[in-house]
Amino acid sequence: MRALTLGRVFLRCGILALILFVVVVIALKLGAVQVSLYGLGRDLIRVLLHQSSGMSTDYGMIVVDIRLPRILLALVVGASLAVAGTSFQALLRNPLADPYVLGISSGASVGAVLALMIVNQLAVSPEFAGLITPFGAFLGAAVTIAAVYFLGRRDGQIDSATLLLGGIITASFLQAITMFLMSTLAGSSLRGASYWMMGSLSSLPPRNLLYLLCIGFLVAAGAIYTTASDLNLLLAGEKEAMHLGVDVPRVRIVVYIAASLLTGFAVSVSGTIGYVGLLVPHAMRMIFGSDHRMLLPSSAFGGAIALVIADTIARTIVAPSELPVGAVTAIVGAPFFIYLLRRKLS
Amino acid sequence: MSTPLRTPMPSSSNFSPGQPQGNPDIRLSVEQASYVYAPNPSQAPLFTLEALSFQAKPGEIVSILGPNASGKSTLLNLISGALEPLSGRIFLNGFATHSLPPKIRAQRIALVQQESKLLFPSRVWEFVLQGRHAHGRGLRFVSEDDTAVAKNALAQVGASHLMDRWMDKISGGEKQRVILARALAQQPVLLLLDEPTLHLDIGAQVDLLESLRKLAAVNRYSVLVVTHELNLTGEYADQVVLLQKGKCLRVGPPATVFQRDLLEHVFQAPLTVEMTSSGRPRVTLFRKT
Repeated sequence: MRALTLGRVFLRCGILALILFVVVVIALKLGAVQVSLYGLGRDLIRVLLHQSSGMSTDYGMIVVDIRLPRILLALVVGASLAVAGTSFQALLRNPLADPYVLGISSGASVGAVLALMIVNQLAVSPEFAGLITPFGAFLGAAVTIAAVYFLGRRDGQIDSATLLLGGIITASFLQAITMFLMSTLAGSSLRGASYWMMGSLSSLPPRNLLYLLCIGFLVAAGAIYTTASDLNLLLAGEKEAMHLGVDVPRVRIVVYIAASLLTGFAVSVSGTIGYVGLLVPHAMRMIFGSDHRMLLPSSAFGGAIALVIADTIARTIVAPSELPVGAVTAIVGAPFFIYLLRRKLS
Repeated sequence: MSTPLRTPMPSSSNFSPGQPQGNPDIRLSVEQASYVYAPNPSQAPLFTLEALSFQAKPGEIVSILGPNASGKSTLLNLISGALEPLSGRIFLNGFATHSLPPKIRAQRIALVQQESKLLFPSRVWEFVLQGRHAHGRGLRFVSEDDTAVAKNALAQVGASHLMDRWMDKISGGEKQRVILARALAQQPVLLLLDEPTLHLDIGAQVDLLESLRKLAAVNRYSVLVVTHELNLTGEYADQVVLLQKGKCLRVGPPATVFQRDLLEHVFQAPLTVEMTSSGRPRVTLFRKT
């Protein structure tokens, strides 16, 4: 008997943080323009010392102004999607739940596009407009997950197959809505439809939005983490969890809102990047077990690592052109999903 | 003063301590509790549990006995606090069970259900530690106290050797004992068991009831067992609550409840009842001719 301790959680997270750091450094180095590790280190120290104005190299500009923010974006989006996926899996008691597969990301897209349209009509300052989209996406995600939840219910029980089918149908319906909204817009202010369909990290959000994203992640992931030990019991069923002392309605509402927020914020800056929320929690479960006190933080790190790698592949494999990152995650994720589905059915 | 005087609120919350109800020896007191299942208020109810009353003392085993669809599980849900009685009250040490917050309720009432579904595999010791949830706070990293209680719980059901096994790799009887150990780890005062002997062979059934007897005596639990096992009830229960089609027909010790006409009527099967030398009734079934 070796029970999980706080020390072990910290130790493992430290190792994951180290891996993440290495991945980030490699990602900074790779790209259409090659950068030496030495130059990289020198420039990063300059940025930390707030002396970036003294930096003259083009390389440094590329690394600090283009690659670094994009990697940080991938990091936060990846962590958000993986934590959201872990949460939805526990909430819906379905190991195949994922923001993308269940159509929640598509719902967030519709919310984001609608928010953009409304903001355009209101003629507010573009800075403020940018901050509205994540909340539109959050509402879109929250409404969609509620709808999919009720679609997946039969006789008061969540039916796994019905839930997945409901999610896939909802996703295709919402994607059509997005297409419709995009085509009715004189859309110079909006990104292309493929962005919302496949997901991309190529267009950097303004800095204040990036900050909002980071704060949103910390708050929402922190809120979910406070329910980690409740989620462990919730996996055994709501009734059983209640008899073991879990305040089920409270946990449900906290996780529901926080996971929708994570999905909405991520989608609003990166479109619908699929399968991160499915693949990463499963990989982490295989390594660390299914205890949410370990699973949630490890999924956050794992999601960050996975998406930074995926985005690095997306922008280097066909350089100087690039792939949408959602294409990379789908190429890896979809077969994995089928594998999990087969294993679950057998 | 323009503010109107507020009329005192009727005390709707019955979770204030108050006086223990009546006799302090009584732990569980079901007072005229009833329940109705109806899909919506305008339709005829699908099932009605008519008002019934009984009491349980510490150290006592009460058997809720009846055929299928007699209202046993509904009664169990009412007592466990999962359902609120339509009328009447159910008190545990003077507190209405339904009004207790989930955490407090889990510290006092433990429920052993027929089967516990597992989405992801877990070890036996992890499973038993789930019983400590209601006693912990925050992230509930395991304390020495938790470990001691969990080990003791496993020892009490004779399952210490299973500690490091996987839950999905042990037999049905072993699993039943581990589920019982998790309930013991909650350190409850009231232990509820829903058809605990359903999937067990006869040896495991006797083992389970023997350990329930011992646990009730040693830990002073009040134990409630929902079952349709006539002979196990006759042999092990201190009190029987006999149900049929949502009606409580009789409450009392097995020797008075186990009457041939009554049981034949309730279970719709020809049978005889004889008394053994220990004063326990024994039921024998016949073929319908």
